[in-house]
Amino acid sequence: MANQFTRGIFEENPTFKLILGMCPTLAVTTSAINGVGMGIATTVVLLGSNILISLLRKIIPEKIRIPIFIVIIASFVTIVDLCMNAYTPELHKSLGIFIPLIVVNCIILGRAEAYAFKNGVFGSILDALGMGVGFTLSLTSIGIIREILGNGSIFGHSIMGSGFKPAIMMVLPPGAFLTLGLMMAIITYISNKNKRSI
Amino acid sequence: MLEQLVLIIISTVFVNNFVLSRFLGICPFIGVSKKLETALGMGGAVTFVMALASAVTWLIQQYILIPFNLQYLQTISFILVIASLVQFVELFLQKYVTALYQALGVFLPLITTNCAVLGVSILNIQKNYKFIPAVTSGIGAAIGFTLALVLMAGIRERLELADIPKPLQGVPIAFITAALLATAFMGFSGMLAE
Repeated sequence: MANQFTRGIFEENPTFKLILGMCPTLAVTTSAINGVGMGIATTVVLLGSNILISLLRKIIPEKIRIPIFIVIIASFVTIVDLCMNAYTPELHKSLGIFIPLIVVNCIILGRAEAYAFKNGVFGSILDALGMGVGFTLSLTSIGIIREILGNGSIFGHSIMGSGFKPAIMMVLPPGAFLTLGLMMAIITYISNKNKRSI
Repeated sequence: MLEQLVLIIISTVFVNNFVLSRFLGICPFIGVSKKLETALGMGGAVTFVMALASAVTWLIQQYILIPFNLQYLQTISFILVIASLVQFVELFLQKYVTALYQALGVFLPLITTNCAVLGVSILNIQKNYKFIPAVTSGIGAAIGFTLALVLMAGIRERLELADIPKPLQGVPIAFITAALLATAFMGFSGMLAE
């Protein structure tokens, strides 16, 4: 049971291992808070769609399952979109177009197809939470690195002192590609090293 | 009018390139950019679908969603329209334009989950474009996507022969290449004074 949860965080981490959902990962991680916000929004949609699809899995005809999944996911995305607009307007503004685009995030459709459609509700909840937490952690860590290097702050609090000159490139598009590429390489290096020592 | 269209094309292809500066359509950008031929095929299929999708979603927004006050259904209706459009295009090409179908066929189903298509439809609405500028921006965005994909494929074909440290092989080096490409594209940002 615990494995279903931790799988999404480590060995099947959606960002660094499965390489899914790259567009929001690169686009919104200019600051740590954006990373957290996007991660939580995606987790809520994933949780909702996993629960509903798992409950309806005996009713949904196999042949038209993909359009049905898309409608379910799109409904949850609309709910999240409207809620964020109402309660966190600033975050809604800085995430912008990437909130409606959660619909085409391959993580959600992927989990619906690979897990929720074949398993019970309890497992699907754990699966969604694990994947969601894994995605949120990846986005937050990328956001923290880019915010420190590009802005000298962390969650909006300045930490680098007045002598620090921020590398603005890190909060611009090239910084996103660079950070993600290097983090992936480091994680591959570490996990290969661990495998050898075992 | 013509001036606006030219500006839209320059803006979407170079200045705000969909892949390298807006981060839309990254999955096919990394996934299908290993060979030049497949990159061109994907680019062609995306251009076709994006032009059609921009037109159809604009019409739906203006003539169905706005008159009936249903703007909150935008996400659901757009994604359904794009998904069925892709299916329709696939069936149509298979029946009537077999040569094109054989060239683009494998890439068509992948396009539904390409966020650039939904992205351009929503951006067109947000920017309050009229019909022709909306379609133009769809085509421009697709050309920008194809350009980035083809550049990337050209570089990655060479990278195959390079001696890359083991942890960097595959996707990580592709992202670092993209970082360099994005830096180069930032040079275009002076082309338009917004």
